[in-house]
Amino acid sequence: MKEDMVELLWTGLQQTLYMVAWSSVFALLLGSLLGVTLVVTEKGGVLPAPRVNGLLSTAINGVRSIPFIILIVLLLPLSRLIVGTSLGPTAAIVSLSIGAAPFLGRIIESSLREVEPGKIEAAKSVGAHPFTIIAQVIIPEALPALVRGMTIAVISITEFTAVAGAIGAGGLGSLAIRFGYQRFRTDILIGTVLLIILIVQILQWTGDYVSRAIDRKRCKSE
Amino acid sequence: MIAVKHLNKSYATRAGQVSALQDINLHIEKGEIFGIIGASGAGKSTLIRCLNLLERPDTGSVEVGGVAITDLKGKQLRLARRRIGMIFQQFNLLEAKTVYGNVAFPLRVAGFSKPETKRRVAEILELVGLSDKADVYPSQLSGGQKQRVGIARALAVEPAVLLSDEATSALDPQTTHSILELLQDINRKLQITIVLITHEMDVLRHICDNAAVIEGGRIVESGPVEQLFYRPESETAKQFVNIFNYYKDGNTQEKAVIMR
Ligand SMILES: Nc1ncnc2c1ncn2[C@@H]1O[C@H](COP(=O)(O)OP(=O)(O)OP(=O)(O)O)[C@@H](O)[C@H]1O
Ligand SMILES: [Mg+2]
Repeated sequence: MKEDMVELLWTGLQQTLYMVAWSSVFALLLGSLLGVTLVVTEKGGVLPAPRVNGLLSTAINGVRSIPFIILIVLLLPLSRLIVGTSLGPTAAIVSLSIGAAPFLGRIIESSLREVEPGKIEAAKSVGAHPFTIIAQVIIPEALPALVRGMTIAVISITEFTAVAGAIGAGGLGSLAIRFGYQRFRTDILIGTVLLIILIVQILQWTGDYVSRAIDRKRCKSE
Repeated sequence: MIAVKHLNKSYATRAGQVSALQDINLHIEKGEIFGIIGASGAGKSTLIRCLNLLERPDTGSVEVGGVAITDLKGKQLRLARRRIGMIFQQFNLLEAKTVYGNVAFPLRVAGFSKPETKRRVAEILELVGLSDKADVYPSQLSGGQKQRVGIARALAVEPAVLLSDEATSALDPQTTHSILELLQDINRKLQITIVLITHEMDVLRHICDNAAVIEGGRIVESGPVEQLFYRPESETAKQFVNIFNYYKDGNTQEKAVIMR
């Protein structure tokens, strides 16, 4: 163990958290838009638009079938355009957000689909506008499932962040590769692994806690 | 109050077009409780859902309170739906909202102010006997209480018509009885027209004035409930009466309560 370890890990941790936090925010915004659109535009949805639905679905499948590491490379020019560089944590946020958005879109879509059609019909039968149905019925009714799905997604983003580290994003992932792998610093390698495990655990605990708190408030134990 | 003319509805399935309703004609008077009875798959739900256009008929027209619902869409349709309340077999309450929130929902949709909403919710919860449950979430309620909330929600904006799709089918006999009494009470107090779907003869006999029998997507018989009972003509009606008599003669405790 060397004295530079704590400092290296600390910087890596900060960079990772920075990337995870912002990528999650952006991916969530984009993903929510995609997920809600997928659900409401399908045949029999509250705003049916089968063509839009088909196009969007195909586009999402397309992006999702590109391996993430290749997607990052593809998105490098975009990072350069938006943040002026293709290196470092801030540049990685662009790739991470766009890479994770389709995945989040699918997760949100499947959570929203758990809402019983009868509830939506009940809202239709009182003359509610489709936007009201989305905001007041579909999203609140799916909330516990949404929280659980988002937890999975944010954990995946944490993993993606480590992968992005391999091509110059910084953070714990790049520490593990630069020091653990290329310079045989086992202490750093183990340190990064432990920190990533810790982050994932905390995320999972928080997600479980929040979704359970919502269920408990509505008096529904699993 | 409600006039259905030459209504046809079919569904596109993988096996091709399946006809669910054929040439339905109905006339329902203002203030009456009209029953529609039929076996499973006869088309009852499809028919009642055509009355508020949750299902759009292929051809034919539906008129409610002088408005041709089948000609409407978008905002016009949403406005028309506020005149037609609906209750469901599975209650379909919003679990994210309290009883208050559920009943307030249609009021908010209709643009009632906060104080008006509050006053109206209190009034209607009183009517269905749930004043003490305003702050409770639906999952803490019994089936009968859930249906009372469903009724309160359907009646919140004072519709002229109430549609009921097997509203008591998920309930035990005693609760069924109390919900039917409530519907009857509402019908008298508010002069609201009720269209009620059922596959139980009990229900028809208990509260309906007139009824129609539906069989394979067609109305095969209609008229005063007494007539259906004592001189059933269609196969379906005869079967229902037979089943009813069979159980009546069985004379179980539960049935005695309903018959009272
Ligand atoms: N969305 C749909 N797609 C295809 N077929 C449908 C659809 N909804 C209903 N049907 C068919 O239409 C017919 C009438 O169905 P409906 O639900 O109206 O019957 P019902 O009388 O309400 O039966 P139940 O007593 O079981 O509720 C059935 O043959 C059913 O399979
Ligand atoms: Mg039905």
